[in-house]
Amino acid sequence: MSTSTLPQNKDAVTYTLDAKLVSNIEKLADQFPDKHSAILPALHIIQDEFNWIPPESVNQLCDILDTTPNKIYSVLTFYTMFHTKPVGKYHIQVCRNVSCSLMGASNLIEHLTQKLNIQPGETTPDGKFTLSLVECLGACGNAPVMMLNDRYHENLTADKIDDILKSLE
Amino acid sequence: MIEEKKVLTRHADSPGMIDVKNYIKDNGYKGLEKALEKKPLDIVEEVKKSFLRGRGGAGFPTGFKWSFIPTDKTKPHYLICNADEGEPGTFKDRVIMENDPFLLIEGMTIAAYALQADLGFIYIRGEFKWIAEILERAIQDARKVNMLGENIMDKGFDFDLIVMRGAGAYICGEETALIESIEGKRGQPRIKPPFPANSGLYGCPTIVNNVETLASIPFIAEHGAETYKLMGGFQAAGTKLYGISGHVNRPGVYEYPLGTNLKDLIQYAAGGVRNDKKLKAVIPGGLSATILKEDEIDIPMDFDSCVKADTMLGSGGVIVMDEDTPIPEIALATINFYVHESCGQCTPCREGLAKIQQILKILLAGNGTIQDIDTIIKLANTIDGTTLCPLGEAGGAVIRAMIKKFRSEFDALVS
Repeated sequence: MSTSTLPQNKDAVTYTLDAKLVSNIEKLADQFPDKHSAILPALHIIQDEFNWIPPESVNQLCDILDTTPNKIYSVLTFYTMFHTKPVGKYHIQVCRNVSCSLMGASNLIEHLTQKLNIQPGETTPDGKFTLSLVECLGACGNAPVMMLNDRYHENLTADKIDDILKSLE
Repeated sequence: MIEEKKVLTRHADSPGMIDVKNYIKDNGYKGLEKALEKKPLDIVEEVKKSFLRGRGGAGFPTGFKWSFIPTDKTKPHYLICNADEGEPGTFKDRVIMENDPFLLIEGMTIAAYALQADLGFIYIRGEFKWIAEILERAIQDARKVNMLGENIMDKGFDFDLIVMRGAGAYICGEETALIESIEGKRGQPRIKPPFPANSGLYGCPTIVNNVETLASIPFIAEHGAETYKLMGGFQAAGTKLYGISGHVNRPGVYEYPLGTNLKDLIQYAAGGVRNDKKLKAVIPGGLSATILKEDEIDIPMDFDSCVKADTMLGSGGVIVMDEDTPIPEIALATINFYVHESCGQCTPCREGLAKIQQILKILLAGNGTIQDIDTIIKLANTIDGTTLCPLGEAGGAVIRAMIKKFRSEFDALVS
């Protein structure tokens, strides 16, 4: 899944993990027979914090887990849930697989592109919304389905989408 | 009519079952209690006798898989629950995990005792974050009541569980890719042999079982293989979660004996095709199962009967399509998935599927030729048997079947 073209504001924010996060990742690593098993869970923790995986945090993770940026990037670029660039504050991911297609996903995708005035894979200029198309979310019985950040929204209709977007204004 | 059998979903309507006290009150952990009185190998034998077959898609006999674990323990043993539910059309394992997490945890604890596993992992798809949290809370609660951790039920058996979230890669449902992912690597399938039972996670003996498979274990441990076999048919023991989606009146997850007729499932469980439309086609076992035409669905939904019908039971994810469904468009949505999810390791899968996708797009744009349709079939034939895991082959085969069974719709794109 390709994500945003949002300009990175490198001056304003620091993307380093604070002591608490570092300690959380260290504790996490201790529970595994091999601490490299903590790479995926640690990347989830980092993304929960920053909404993406900033390079600075990868360097820190290498120190904690005794590995190299090459190794971490080979892993994180394999998994579509991890973002190597910032995404919008609200990341909308719409399923376009077969069951959702049968239940009208393409109309909803069209509706969202018009509402947000962006194409799938893009972020709104204000950095608020990113729209992505994804493959099966495992909720086919309640199709069509989308994710808004961590949350599932099932049995979607255009009206429901309007209500959801309104609640985010 | 067909009759529901609630073994795995007996708590699906009881919201309180995420509390361990309620689970125990409702006869929970009876299976583990009985199991811990027996020898580990006796449990493996009992599961073998039950004819339980893996519910993740491949249908491999579970007890047989367990018997590959070395009995002379020289290294740690690991048990992994495959909860990376990602096969399109499949949404069944979440029903167990969301409503009855202790059923899975009990099943894993019994399995771990049988396999003499030291540590277990529940590898759950990354998007199911809230379900991972339910499981984590359940694991903590199970530890508090001495059902996980050290000296479980004061019987001297130690076992603990870790929940691990994937991060959006379908291929991690393949067991060796899943193991790679737990090891903190790209989820790319390994060359087999060695099989995980000999050399799996961290190079140690490992068993990977699906959620539904492991959740079937407490019943077998409590009531015995013979009682389990009373449900279902010959070589098709027990119950199955069927997830029915698409153009039906009541989409959802339904539990019936293995071998329940597909036509009846659609008609009675899911209430038939919606809007009084006629049925056109059914994908019976998740997207990787070959499509069936309307006149091909009078079949028992078990592993062997589906193979006989040139398709597969797979995960039991039934996708129903009504008469208005354009199959070439479904073919494109299907190939989009496989192209997106190919791990890129094997050239025939990575390149072949992308080529099929490209040709389908050309056909659907009205710029194709008859030869293009045949080229797709040739490409699918080329992928057969040339990849490390079944993903590439499945992607090609399902498109080939759509073309063969609905050829006139593809021909119409070029005339």
